[in-house]
Amino acid sequence: MKTDRGETLLKARTGFIRTKGERMPTQSCEADSVSGSVSQRACVYCGARVVLNPITDAVHLVHGPIGCASYTFDIRGSLSSGAELYRYSFSTDLKEQDIIFGGERKLAAAIDELVQKYHPPLVLVYSTCVAGVIGDDLEAVCRAAAQRHGIAVLPVESSGFAGNKSEGYRVACEVLMRLMEAGNSPLPAMEPGINYLGDYNLAGELWIIGGYLRRMGVKLNAAFTGDSSLKALQTAPAAAFNIVQCAGSMGYLAKRMQERYGIPFFHVSFLGLQDSADSLRLIASATGDEEVMARTEELIAEEAGQAEPFIQAYRDKLSGKKAAVYVGGGFKAISLIKQFRELGVEVVMIGTQTGRKEEYDEIHNLVEDGTVILDDANPAELERFMSRQGADLLVGGVKERPLAYKLGVAFIDHNHDRKHPLSGFEGAVHFAREVYHTVCSPVWKYVKQGG
Amino acid sequence: MEAIKTMRHSVIENPCHACMPLGAILAFKGIQGAMVIIHGSQGCSTYMRRHISEHYNEPIDVASSSITEPGTIYGGSVHLKKGLDHLIQVYHPELIGILSTCLAETIGEDIARIAAEYTVERDMGAYPLVSVPTPGYGGGHSEGYFLAVRHIIARIARPVPKHHRINVIVPHLTPAEVREIKRIMDLMGVDYILCPDYSETLDSPFARPYQKIAGGGTSLQELAMMGGASATIEMSRCVETHLSPGRYLAGTFEVPLYNSPVPVGIEATDLFVNLLKELTGQPLPDVLQRERGRLLDGMIDSHKYNAEGRAVIFGDPDMVLAVSSICMENGIVPAVAASGVHSKALELEMQTLTAGRTDVATVTETDLAVIRDLAVKAEANIAIGHSDGRYLTEREGIPLVRLGFPIHDRVGGQRLVSVGYAGTMMLLDRITNCLLDSKLSAYRPRMLKKYYSEPSGKF
Repeated sequence: MKTDRGETLLKARTGFIRTKGERMPTQSCEADSVSGSVSQRACVYCGARVVLNPITDAVHLVHGPIGCASYTFDIRGSLSSGAELYRYSFSTDLKEQDIIFGGERKLAAAIDELVQKYHPPLVLVYSTCVAGVIGDDLEAVCRAAAQRHGIAVLPVESSGFAGNKSEGYRVACEVLMRLMEAGNSPLPAMEPGINYLGDYNLAGELWIIGGYLRRMGVKLNAAFTGDSSLKALQTAPAAAFNIVQCAGSMGYLAKRMQERYGIPFFHVSFLGLQDSADSLRLIASATGDEEVMARTEELIAEEAGQAEPFIQAYRDKLSGKKAAVYVGGGFKAISLIKQFRELGVEVVMIGTQTGRKEEYDEIHNLVEDGTVILDDANPAELERFMSRQGADLLVGGVKERPLAYKLGVAFIDHNHDRKHPLSGFEGAVHFAREVYHTVCSPVWKYVKQGG
Repeated sequence: MEAIKTMRHSVIENPCHACMPLGAILAFKGIQGAMVIIHGSQGCSTYMRRHISEHYNEPIDVASSSITEPGTIYGGSVHLKKGLDHLIQVYHPELIGILSTCLAETIGEDIARIAAEYTVERDMGAYPLVSVPTPGYGGGHSEGYFLAVRHIIARIARPVPKHHRINVIVPHLTPAEVREIKRIMDLMGVDYILCPDYSETLDSPFARPYQKIAGGGTSLQELAMMGGASATIEMSRCVETHLSPGRYLAGTFEVPLYNSPVPVGIEATDLFVNLLKELTGQPLPDVLQRERGRLLDGMIDSHKYNAEGRAVIFGDPDMVLAVSSICMENGIVPAVAASGVHSKALELEMQTLTAGRTDVATVTETDLAVIRDLAVKAEANIAIGHSDGRYLTEREGIPLVRLGFPIHDRVGGQRLVSVGYAGTMMLLDRITNCLLDSKLSAYRPRMLKKYYSEPSGKF
């Protein structure tokens, strides 16, 4: 058996990697992962779980073997002001005989047991690879259970093999549509508020933005899905407009709500000072209310005034450093380029697991010549380009962290289990502080002396 | 002591264990130059990598054949073969583990056949592809671990001439514990082949240049030699016969098998070193004798504090048994001993260990919701197990001594040592200090309430 030991880049991956400024065909993206490439992506189930798990008063029941539930047991940093049920992990724990004879009866019994024990208003039943292949009729089991118990019981068709994480987002958004449709409540006639889509209240981020909206005099109707309850979600169709933060996971829902309820939407971002201020102004002007706009300017002046001295101080320490970014979606990647610029840090490598074409176009426009752009990267590529581009830090998730550290590179946790908020003006200060803590740690002095 | 039979219900609430392929990955990480590919959908590999790397703080590269919808319908062998091509090009492994998943097994993928075809098609000669059937519904991670070790040995071990080395099969310990076991054997002059040896691969020192496959691990040469060893010590009382690597070696190559418990606690460590003494004819070295004396000294120092301990213990069967033993030795009641996986062996071993006691409950194939209920009923005041038990602290105020896998909310899970005399001392100190912490942080207000502000006169 012969292999060329020098070449660690796979031919099948060439279209997914480009360098700005070099003549190259357009970025490949939104494709299936290359077998054996050690992709950092997860599956349909993961995408669906990301979107739906923060619904606090739901039973999240995984219909499948134990692993899928084990690996998602209370791993999110989503916070709740009410119910805690969403932090539990429920599984039908399918075994060999269930695979042979079918798992529908077990599923029905599981729903009954959980409803009896917890009295939830909503049960979400996640399909897994196995449930999909053995052909259990989740729809029928859920419908019957809903009738039996008089509550909402919905299937989430998230069999792992049926696409990638993006497909899971889409599936979850369809479930949210069904929840709203099932709401059936007469729309409140009072002054309409806005819905906030694509915030999962990680470390209280939703509460920070909710606080801004309150001060501006804008009513927050429903948030998707951070700190949400079934009841709150079902008020969403009454909103005047939708604002969308995490576009990768919730852009689809915004479009569907526009089609179905005629609710207009626009994108916002609360990562970084500039994006936060711009987004708040956008919301204020969308209300058409002069007083709201005036209050918004006051708020921005006050919040930015508090944050800027911190940011300036960190900028002095960080200016000229080089960052590599590898995150889930394009929205976050784009914001991070701008946010790093506020800190005087240049992004020299940037990639996403599931970015879309238009997002890669924007990334390409934003970055400097020489920046490497990657879609669905793997550890070998991250290692190669972080090293070649001389990155001082990497932004990523749990799996990327040990790789960065083993390469002697600083790291920012921009994942869903983070314990401090990165949104809004205060979040921008947290972010800058975290960058400072990792990039300027004394530990690198010893690393440079040689391991 | 009662084995609880009535606790089965139709839903698992807060799982206490992971699935089979995860354990198999860990086993392969203990083989020199090995890489793993999982035949299934992309998520399995990614979730397991995340789960493992959170515990070890090490990069855990595991490939996936990334089966998608067409692969599910028409078969995924093309995906798997292409995946192997890519994996070989990037990682140049010396051995590749091929693991199946729920999905692969359910759609009837025969990974052994695909591996055999691949070897022929790519003209790879005797290149070691080791396929292990590990459907997630087939068992827990501890079972996947032993099954993978057995398959690795079955694939590589050869009928070699008899030699004096001793095979040592370790269950899922920490890398630091594997190093400690090696130190003990080195001190006793034992010539051993330890498998799987992840002491370096899953706790690798910072070094440049970065190696895609961390150095260390049981080598192919060592694995090949295992069939000629003079004995096998398998550190597991709970491994099932059909999963046991030691049984395989005994059955195929007639290597005498010694089942030793995990050497946690003074009795189990005595058993281990006595076995080594017997097999090698070497006396216990002074260093170890002094470590034993120091452990005994520490046990005396702590015995009254420990007498107040009522423990809820959960995790892999072997770990639960080991911790229950150290509790029994030190006057702590192992009030609840629980494992997420089914283990008749654990139930039987616990019966022997706690014979005559009525205040001990053993439950297997269970979840953390049941464990929580039992712990409350048993008035447990200390929990010993992995990080997912933190919710016993959050909900019931039972403090948790973190041990086993996974430990994802503290650093250093991979560096904990609880084996041997010195390791036992460290674990016992952690347990005793946890009990002391509870007592000392609460006794002032407790006494104030009981005897001053709200005296009831009752004991």
